Amino acid sequence: VIPAAFDYKRASSAAEAIALVSEYGEDAKFLAGGHSLLPLMKLRLAQPSVLVDIGRVADLSYIRDGGDHIAIGALTRHMDVETSPILAEHSPLLAHAAGHVGDPQVRHRGTIGGSIAHADPASDLPATTLALGATYVVQGPGGTREIAAADFYRGFLESALEPDEMLTEIRVPKMTGAGWSFQKFNRRAQDWAIVGVAAWRANGSSGVALVNMGSTPILASSVSSALASGASLAEAAELAVAEAEPQADLNASVEYRTHLAKVLVRRALEEASAS
Amino acid sequence: MTVLDQPTGVIGTRRLRREDPALLTGEARYTNDLVIPGALHLAVVRSPYAHARIRSVDVSGALALPGVVAAYAGADLADLWAAPMPCAWPVTDDMKNPAHYPVAIDKVCYVGDAVAVVLATSDTAARDALDAVSVDYEALPAVVDLEDALSDRVIIHDELGTNRSYTWDLKVGEDDVAAAFASAAYTVSERYVQQRLIPMAMEPRAVAAVPQPFGGDVTLYSSTQVPHILKVMAALTLGIPEHQMRVVAPSVGGGFGSKLNVYAEELLCVALSRKHAVPVRWVEERTENTQATIHGRGQIQHIELAADATGRLTAVRVRLLADMGAYLQLVTPGIPLLGAFLYAGVYDIPAAYDFSCTAVFTTMTPTDAYRGAGRPEATYAIERAMDALAQTMGVDPLELRKRNFIKAEQFPYTAFSGLTYDSGDHLAAAELAARHVDYDALRARQRAQNVPGATKRLGVGISSYFEMCGLAPSRVLASLNYSAGGWEAATVRVLPTNKIQVVTGASPHGQGHETSWSMIVADRLGVSPDDVDVLHSDTAISPLGLDTYGSRSLVVGGVAITMACDKVIDKAKKIAAHQLECSEDDLEFAQGTFTVSGSPDRAMPLAAVAFEAFTAHNLPDGLEPNLEAHVTYDPPNFSWPFGTHMCVVEVDTETGRVDLVQYVAVDDCGNQINPLIVEGQVHGGVVQGIAQALFEEAVYDADGNLRTSTLAEYLVPSAADVPSIITDHTITPSPTNPLGVKGVGEAGTIGSTPAVMNAIVDALADLGVRNVPMPASPLNVWSALQSARSTSGGSQ
Repeated sequence: VIPAAFDYKRASSAAEAIALVSEYGEDAKFLAGGHSLLPLMKLRLAQPSVLVDIGRVADLSYIRDGGDHIAIGALTRHMDVETSPILAEHSPLLAHAAGHVGDPQVRHRGTIGGSIAHADPASDLPATTLALGATYVVQGPGGTREIAAADFYRGFLESALEPDEMLTEIRVPKMTGAGWSFQKFNRRAQDWAIVGVAAWRANGSSGVALVNMGSTPILASSVSSALASGASLAEAAELAVAEAEPQADLNASVEYRTHLAKVLVRRALEEASAS
Repeated sequence: MTVLDQPTGVIGTRRLRREDPALLTGEARYTNDLVIPGALHLAVVRSPYAHARIRSVDVSGALALPGVVAAYAGADLADLWAAPMPCAWPVTDDMKNPAHYPVAIDKVCYVGDAVAVVLATSDTAARDALDAVSVDYEALPAVVDLEDALSDRVIIHDELGTNRSYTWDLKVGEDDVAAAFASAAYTVSERYVQQRLIPMAMEPRAVAAVPQPFGGDVTLYSSTQVPHILKVMAALTLGIPEHQMRVVAPSVGGGFGSKLNVYAEELLCVALSRKHAVPVRWVEERTENTQATIHGRGQIQHIELAADATGRLTAVRVRLLADMGAYLQLVTPGIPLLGAFLYAGVYDIPAAYDFSCTAVFTTMTPTDAYRGAGRPEATYAIERAMDALAQTMGVDPLELRKRNFIKAEQFPYTAFSGLTYDSGDHLAAAELAARHVDYDALRARQRAQNVPGATKRLGVGISSYFEMCGLAPSRVLASLNYSAGGWEAATVRVLPTNKIQVVTGASPHGQGHETSWSMIVADRLGVSPDDVDVLHSDTAISPLGLDTYGSRSLVVGGVAITMACDKVIDKAKKIAAHQLECSEDDLEFAQGTFTVSGSPDRAMPLAAVAFEAFTAHNLPDGLEPNLEAHVTYDPPNFSWPFGTHMCVVEVDTETGRVDLVQYVAVDDCGNQINPLIVEGQVHGGVVQGIAQALFEEAVYDADGNLRTSTLAEYLVPSAADVPSIITDHTITPSPTNPLGVKGVGEAGTIGSTPAVMNAIVDALADLGVRNVPMPASPLNVWSALQSARSTSGGSQ
């Protein structure tokens, strides 16, 4: 419960935060809501020597209508994503999924940017934004660049972010009126999903992504391809794990996790098709 | 004896707990909140191996760090211990008990076993120093399976020559047992596994030892349930004269049995505080809590029932294999025995009972008392086996229970075990629970829903229980080889201004004793509960006591307070009679006032008597001044609460998920002092039992590593994970104490686990499922369905 010693720096702007992280190098970590990083530090599984606190960078907390997309500041708390009227209208799947992160205390501290940058395959929002075809805006010493969600996740807790880059904005395409479903299967309300499914359907296209079915969030493209070729929902759901690499843990064997993914994808497609 | 037929006055009201404002606002002071200038912080280096020889320990790296004052390996501390860590329950004369010291010397026997300690000027310096202690281990094979342990393939304690600690039998009418099974119309033979559970008090353990500068006195503050027992045991183990030990339990944030113990860190803090002549303190991290605080349960149960053609039970046979863990802690060996008397459940069974328990050592955290302690395990086995028998016979499980219940008119009922159940009415409790769930309609709904192919299947579970608590008549404890008595002490003192001071030997850690005791005294003495102060949990203030566990506080300690009140009234009556110039026999005491029978104008309030007793100006000849009474009460019997719980589940056969649809708890704890507190105990107990059924399990891998060492893996349910619980009660006052009360601290835990598991199996029975291992996680339920499908060869 006592982390190893570290230095603490507070940044008041994204530029200052990036400058600080550049200065301290690879041992520095951004601290946003702290709900992924601090538990690891308390268990001494992470021992960064410098924390750059970006929690007070106020201009990164917003939800704006960007025309064909909704732009969400990286420091927007889960609770604000969950209750946003703009998202309720244009991306209800994301708002709903944010309401399933952790528990109310976690949702009042944790941020969407922190969750995505942490790149935990068991987290809800990386997979959900992946299913939605989101674009992430990142800022580094040399300026900003955009990374498609599909190109962002590289490995377990590994992303395309350079050490001195900071995620600043998440852009999700408007999906006004699309059918959607979020299936989170866990043992306790507050837990990470054993398997989760985020899915939407609209105008003949679809997006399906899986939570906790591999070392990264998994885009189940085979399911979408099958639907596009006219497969039934049940037939498409059988392809749920085509892109996945399910692992065993205390809550699931590989066989069970595979089975669960198929059942939950089928249910997600049924719900997304009904709405 | 006069027993209250029903609650009167203050007793029986839903008074808010006086403890709660401080607890709910964070103002309560726990051990780690105490400000102790100059205290050194203790940290413990723990073994990452389940079983290993210690080749060497090098603390020099730790000593080189800033803030580190001392660091010791086990061998460095060996001369601090006058005796090994105590086990107070040698259940048999030949029980094997390995010597167990606060810090291991030659060998570690579980992951979390202490190998070295560090003292530093801050908690952070102490924690950093742990990583700088270097220990060279020679790894040995782990033993994590009870049957493997019994085989002695790997012997854990070389000096014992075996992993078997003891075998304890309770056999009544052995020939009759054999005959009953031979002639039975129906038999069932079931195997159940009681998984290990990790007690999870909100406040982990914390200790602070403060030595006096001169004279050798030492005060030990500890987050403990048992300050009195700890004082005696620490004195014996450390060789400190008992009168120089004072133990204080400040606010204690839960225990559930895990703080009914004497722990290495308590002894280390005292010993090191004396060695260094400064206060020494320690607080447990949650991961230490999961490894170095005792675990609960851990049994493999074989139960066989014999029944006649109508389903009436004719004999019970039980074989237990109990997991002691690596060492015997304070009452480790006795826990399975507490269940031995309850495998007959609530049923009228002839004297044909064959019980045997074998206890083995493993390379896992020691087990010990955990809420219910032996009785949940026993109740689980008999109640699950009753459902198995009902399934075998094709009769409704409620009907089968009704055929076997001990009838109300049979009480007091002497069971074949020799114990006498003082009172009960199982049929009334079961029928009340059945009304709450609308049992017949529920069964009809189940038949309609559980059609072939249905993937959401309804299940109904019943559990009728007897709980044996209120530990305990001292002579009965003697017959079980327990090393202490079961009495409780109380002092009631009327202060000069008619305010009341109560001193209790019970040691509350969340139960609300201050509220309940003040209500009892208010009722008895005719004062306001606000005028009653309750002192406890400090051996300098309450020198005599046997503390809080085994649902004993009210039925032993609360009764002692009642009796002390009566002694105060007896003395006050002498003074009042003297003042009013009448015979004591002519005085009535009601509403706090003595009145001469037939002369309502001749009266003297207790307040006036109290002041007379204080001034002592005009007392009867020979009467001592002051109004105070002390009682030590040894109960004549255990307490026997009972009840029936019913649970309705819906099981998703595609995913294995279990949803709790409805939960009804009908509990009979006799008269209720404070129904609000009773309901709180039932709610917490039921959720803890649901936790065993659905969520919690200490999982060890084959190498003896605990894989559930944080609250992310060890799944303690929250309010979001359980349904709203319907609580109701019948009231069958106990005839053995003047309050007519029975214990209720553990009843919810005892009744609930089998109710949930019976419901799950009931939902899946027509798919061929006969048992689901606990916890009934989605994976376990799905796997049970998979194997039922593969053995039956059919489809759902």
